[in-house]
Amino acid sequence: MKIVACIKRVPTTEAQVKVAADQKGLDTAGLSWMTSFYDEIAVEEAIRTREKHGGDVTVVTLGPSEASKDVREFMARGADAGVILKDEQWHARDARATARILCARIQKAGAELVFLGKLATDRDNSAVGPMIATWLGWACVTDVIALEIAGTQGTAKRETEQGIETVSFSLPALITCQKGLNEPRRANLKGIMAVKSKPIPEETFEAVANQQQVVKVEPPPARKAGRIVGEGAAAVPALLQALRSEAGVI
Amino acid sequence: MPNILVFVEQLSGKPSRAALECIGAARACGGTVCAVVSGAGADAVAAELGRFGAAQAVVLTGGEASPDALAVDLAAIAKEQGAKAFLCAATGTGRDLAPRVAALLDSTLFSDCTALSAQGDTFTAVRPWLAGKALATLGSSGPVFCATTRPNVFATSEGSGKAEVVTRAASTGGKTKVTSIAAKPSGKLDVKEAPVVVSGGRGMKGPEHFGLIEELAAAFGNAATGSSRAVVDAGWRPHAEQVGQTGKTVAPQLYVAVGISGAIQHLAGMRTSKVIVAINKDPEAPIFKVADYGIVGDAFEILPALSKAVRELKAHK
Repeated sequence: MKIVACIKRVPTTEAQVKVAADQKGLDTAGLSWMTSFYDEIAVEEAIRTREKHGGDVTVVTLGPSEASKDVREFMARGADAGVILKDEQWHARDARATARILCARIQKAGAELVFLGKLATDRDNSAVGPMIATWLGWACVTDVIALEIAGTQGTAKRETEQGIETVSFSLPALITCQKGLNEPRRANLKGIMAVKSKPIPEETFEAVANQQQVVKVEPPPARKAGRIVGEGAAAVPALLQALRSEAGVI
Repeated sequence: MPNILVFVEQLSGKPSRAALECIGAARACGGTVCAVVSGAGADAVAAELGRFGAAQAVVLTGGEASPDALAVDLAAIAKEQGAKAFLCAATGTGRDLAPRVAALLDSTLFSDCTALSAQGDTFTAVRPWLAGKALATLGSSGPVFCATTRPNVFATSEGSGKAEVVTRAASTGGKTKVTSIAAKPSGKLDVKEAPVVVSGGRGMKGPEHFGLIEELAAAFGNAATGSSRAVVDAGWRPHAEQVGQTGKTVAPQLYVAVGISGAIQHLAGMRTSKVIVAINKDPEAPIFKVADYGIVGDAFEILPALSKAVRELKAHK
């Protein structure tokens, strides 16, 4: 089975981001980067699926050359190959453009099963996966927390506000991965050494214009200064009084 | 003819509040709203939607609980009506559905918007990046403006007349089928939609003490329980209630953070709450920097007293 896992390089979740001087994006100077949290789960599930059902896993990322660090890490964990669709503007592409570019590469790979994180923790769109699946005419299950593949049939569980849905589908399929699906492994020394000098090709792609224009980016509005109403259980009446008469929320 | 299409989520014949807010957002953009409802009880929902500002309601009959089939219908209706925008609430269902509709309309998606405006047919969206560490104002040049609206942010609207209700046979042949739903214990609110959220962190010292958090949530009556990443990673609480950048972003009327220090990734997920209360034994904890009201002290002592006081207050209302 041909399996593709898509990953995105994003600012670390601990990063305190700054808005760029022109207010059109983020100031990337000095930012630290990581693979989006949920994409790690996606690659792990891709590797586990191959371990059970055979085939090969290709990690695909739209991003800068520096993303080779992320791709190599996942190859050390067990992915068979990696590809960088080289793009210095990867973070500024809208959901549709990102999805179009990845979709073309997935088709070229002849994949039958594709994994992505449920969202990338930079733009938080949670749109790229279902968009790709829609254009490919594939089954798509999002926010997956459990997955079983048997032959060409799949069963997934996903979280919704109403509870846990069980969804059945046929391959080819695209799965977006939620925390809880698996616990990503760490690369061992053998894996790291094995991929140390493996090439990670950088490819070009057909450009897709953005439909989204950045008018401005701002830091979130500062919250007005609060106050400590008191210490210990003795402060409870003062808190309730404030919530009731000042804030009007109870 | 309506120019904004809104998908209205419903449960047992009642529209979700988030969906009504979404209609409100469309109305505030000056749109004429066509609402689409599907599933059992859709008729009853459609009959109500005029009151909330919908001009027209389409009832999809005979659907099969498949998001891709539903997306096909929504995209078809949008095209037939020449809709300028498609909106739905940024719930689990909406976030799954909207990108499929957007893809069929070859339009990008603006997810989890916190403000929308329109000048003529040109829409502008405000949405958080990095779970709220930055706010982006974005213009759209796509064929149809597709967006999801964050629950608890937009006001619902009122309509005078009745919506014109039309029925339409739903598409079948979806590629995924929901075969069962293990419902949550009844009465348990989702952390993303609840008007009040009571969250616990590492300061709760162990999973056995989260009864105190649940008790306070129960005292409010309209509250959901939330958690910090640390306690979810430690396995004390389920991920479904994690608030923060790798969990859920919430904006309730009241957010009560108990024993949560306030790591940046947690603050990103709750800083747009209307009122924030922090209870923490460390007066230097970063959570106090975003809190409107704070109590410094032992959560195990404060929580029972607070639950009791909230219960009494609610009983006398």
